[in-house]
Amino acid sequence: MTTRTVQGEKNLQKIHQSSKDGIGGSPLRPDGHLKVRGEFAYSSDMWHEDMLWGTALRSPHPRATILSVDISEALKVPGVYAVLTHEDIPGEKYYGLEIADQPALAIDKIRYHGEAIALVAADHPETARRAVKKIKVEYEVLTPITTEEQCLDPETHGYVHEPHEYKSHAYGNICHEQKLVSGLGVTDEVRALADVIVSGEYEVGMQDQAFLGPESGLAVPAEDGGIDLYIATQWLHVDRQQMAPVLNLPQEKVRLTLAGVGGAFGGREDLSMQIHACLLALHTGKPVKIVYARDESFFGHVHRHPAKMRYEHGATRDGKLVFADCRIVLDGGAYASASPAVVGNAASLGHGPYVIPNVAMHAIALYSNNPSCGAMRGFGAVQAAFGYESQMDKLAEALGMDPVELRQLNAVTQGDFMPTGQEIDAPAPVAELLQRVKDMPLPPPLDLEHLDVRTLPGALSNTSHGEGIVRGVGYSVGIKNVGFSEGFDDYSTARVRLEVIGGEPVAMVHTAMAEVGQGGVTVHAQIARTELGVEQVTIHPANTEVGSAGSTSASRQTYMTGGAVKLAAEAVRHELVEKGRHRYGWTQTDIALVGGKVVSASAGVLISMVDLLGDEVIEQTREHHHRPTVPFDKETGQGFGHVQYTFCANRAVVDVDVELGLVKVVELTAVQDVGKALNPLSVVGQIQGGCTQALGLAVMEEIVVKDGKVRNASFTDYLIPTILDTPPIPVEILERPDPNAPYGLRGVGEAPTVSATPSIVAAIRQATGKALTRIPVRPEHLTDTL
Amino acid sequence: MRVTFTANGKPVEADDVWEGESLLYVLRERVGLPGSKNACEQGECGSCTVYLDGLPVCSCLVAAGQVQDREVRTVEGLAEEDGELGLVQQAFVDAGAVQCGFCTPGLLVQTDALLERDAQPSDTDIREALSGNLCRCTGYEKIMDAVRLASARKCAASGEGDQK
Ligand code: FES
Ligand code: FES
Repeated sequence: MTTRTVQGEKNLQKIHQSSKDGIGGSPLRPDGHLKVRGEFAYSSDMWHEDMLWGTALRSPHPRATILSVDISEALKVPGVYAVLTHEDIPGEKYYGLEIADQPALAIDKIRYHGEAIALVAADHPETARRAVKKIKVEYEVLTPITTEEQCLDPETHGYVHEPHEYKSHAYGNICHEQKLVSGLGVTDEVRALADVIVSGEYEVGMQDQAFLGPESGLAVPAEDGGIDLYIATQWLHVDRQQMAPVLNLPQEKVRLTLAGVGGAFGGREDLSMQIHACLLALHTGKPVKIVYARDESFFGHVHRHPAKMRYEHGATRDGKLVFADCRIVLDGGAYASASPAVVGNAASLGHGPYVIPNVAMHAIALYSNNPSCGAMRGFGAVQAAFGYESQMDKLAEALGMDPVELRQLNAVTQGDFMPTGQEIDAPAPVAELLQRVKDMPLPPPLDLEHLDVRTLPGALSNTSHGEGIVRGVGYSVGIKNVGFSEGFDDYSTARVRLEVIGGEPVAMVHTAMAEVGQGGVTVHAQIARTELGVEQVTIHPANTEVGSAGSTSASRQTYMTGGAVKLAAEAVRHELVEKGRHRYGWTQTDIALVGGKVVSASAGVLISMVDLLGDEVIEQTREHHHRPTVPFDKETGQGFGHVQYTFCANRAVVDVDVELGLVKVVELTAVQDVGKALNPLSVVGQIQGGCTQALGLAVMEEIVVKDGKVRNASFTDYLIPTILDTPPIPVEILERPDPNAPYGLRGVGEAPTVSATPSIVAAIRQATGKALTRIPVRPEHLTDTL
Repeated sequence: MRVTFTANGKPVEADDVWEGESLLYVLRERVGLPGSKNACEQGECGSCTVYLDGLPVCSCLVAAGQVQDREVRTVEGLAEEDGELGLVQQAFVDAGAVQCGFCTPGLLVQTDALLERDAQPSDTDIREALSGNLCRCTGYEKIMDAVRLASARKCAASGEGDQK
């Protein structure tokens, strides 16, 4: 019997491209047709004859000691095949991205609300859910450690991980910290050099990635004792690396194939149900599918770190920055996840794209009994941008300067140094981005006479006919790194094959890159077409049969895996041309592959690729490594830590109903330098999507956590922007090639998410005159009804 | 229980359906139509939108038993009879309105329904009609483009007398 598992493998395999578009063009997505037909197999669509459904029992308490777990009643439910606890784990019990501090199933202790304790496999998802309710757990409930003050005083409040606990690196409850000092640091003498000093405290709520496709996958036990997992993830190989020791299997017996991914945004960087599905499948000997319900999704993945920040900036009377003193405290929650790297980013990018002679920075991530936080689009740079851009507006006001001019006056440019001591050795057109965004035409002013009330704040609720509506405009710019930093050898692998199929040369690209919607599959085909002069490109399904592609995150995939595809394709081209030289004695040095032919600028067409290839297949595999970086010095933060920087500037126009505290973003404009737009259509789509997530953070998105408990784990209560909340997003692209990057490109996906939030808050401030130091901005902040 | 209904013009039946199962579950897990998506299963995101007797509904909120003897049309049923993409489907592909695509099936059905009601909606009409469909990837701009494109093509087609 054919199953949809097979269809999953077919997702990307079947897609032939017939467009001529190489890089710089905007060919359509190769998976677009399958997706609009409803035939694209996402991870939750996986299906296998005889499969079981898995689900987890999750803790209702954020902090507790588990006294006992009784699974006997659950096992008696008809249709239940297995109930597992940590005692059934065959190998290592802990895993983690950077620090292996997270148990695959809770052992003795609960550290956050929603932590998985036991697993059930049953013949129907409802049977599994009913069985979960029959598992009896006895807890000793403890007071959760949730605030910065509590975390930093373990003597009084205790430890999230006891200092001696398995693999925990905790000292106090600090998961990681990074200091940075540049110039003279910030001392009283340095402060005295400034004519104007502004300071502020800022707070960022906990944002969720809220990808639409729930965490899900299908684990199929294999005859060799191994496991095949069809899974939506961001990085197949790092999943496997964490899974194999827990399953007590050698890596090669844990085979992962990418199933369709319904968005990621960092939320799939950590494991969710991967180990659970495999444990159940190996235990029962049957295929097991797990699909999270939306509430389980909120519990099952890490979120954006909420932050508390203190900033002090000093400037001369004419607006030149003299110093910046910053402290950023990120709540990392129960487990480390990517917190150490997020801290590194916050510390090294947390003063913004500005030249500041003297900087002191201290960034820390705490362990707490709040939900775990880790990667989300913008990764540590988002929180800081709200801090430093709020400060820029405050400083401009104190100086009586135009906020855009103040930013331009201090903007970094190529050849400047970051406070880490790293020279910016590629274009950094920050002042130009700001100028262009300022010069874009403004939307027409509010015209109350000819107005569709549905466009006002409150929109369809008909809460206003224009009374109490005030318009504001705000600007911002941000900086983000591309790729993994601080000495991480962040490489990617690609295999490219060239052969004749049906009388035409066809290239096949095989990588382990997770296509999460960003469009990497489109770009890989464009690169292969450009380098090999073919029209037809097949994208092989992403799996662990080829080397690692690294993560689909940090805006790095086009740079890294795109770079690997380029290298492999060049190697194939080289081999093909050498074959011709050998056979026909070509001596020209200007040989290229164009339109399916081997051509020389001087001698014209030499031969068709079909004739040269014949029955032969040329295949090459290459790894692409970016230039090396180094870890930041722990105390001074100095070091060449980042591969590449990327910048985006925004302008927001908002209407605020000052009586009701409702905000409508009227327009959100973005100008971004992308180095080289390999696919302009996708680039614009990424920028618009990134801006919209920033809008969400500015005015609506927050996981509300009270005493460690999540209060809004649903799409009813966690609000993400709808099409009514989202305005037109005009985008202008700049292309200033980076000499170090493939084709000169610059990672695109994250910069707008870093920069756009502060512009919206600035616009609301301008409209209302309120200070607004916390995001998301809520109606009560605007109506003083808190 | 056994549930029988029409899905995309073909009679289907599902056996051993548990009373609490949704139409979405039956379509996805029992009758081999996984095109409608399961993002919230709470009526909030619109990913599961299908036509039920010609009206768009969230299939996650419809109990399976309610569709007995009724007509369901899913995203899989939006293509032309000859297998070519339907007009709205093609417009979403052409406009670059599909990224991860998880929201797409629901948006396609909802857009199809909108253009059936009003072939030339204003931008505000479009936003109002699609406000029950979340998309986390695109920022909606290209979705707006897709709907405008579909509307223009539909009007052009009917202008040429192609529409019955
Ligand atoms: S899955 Fe039905 S509305 Fe979200
Ligand atoms: S394209 Fe991903 S949710 Fe819309």
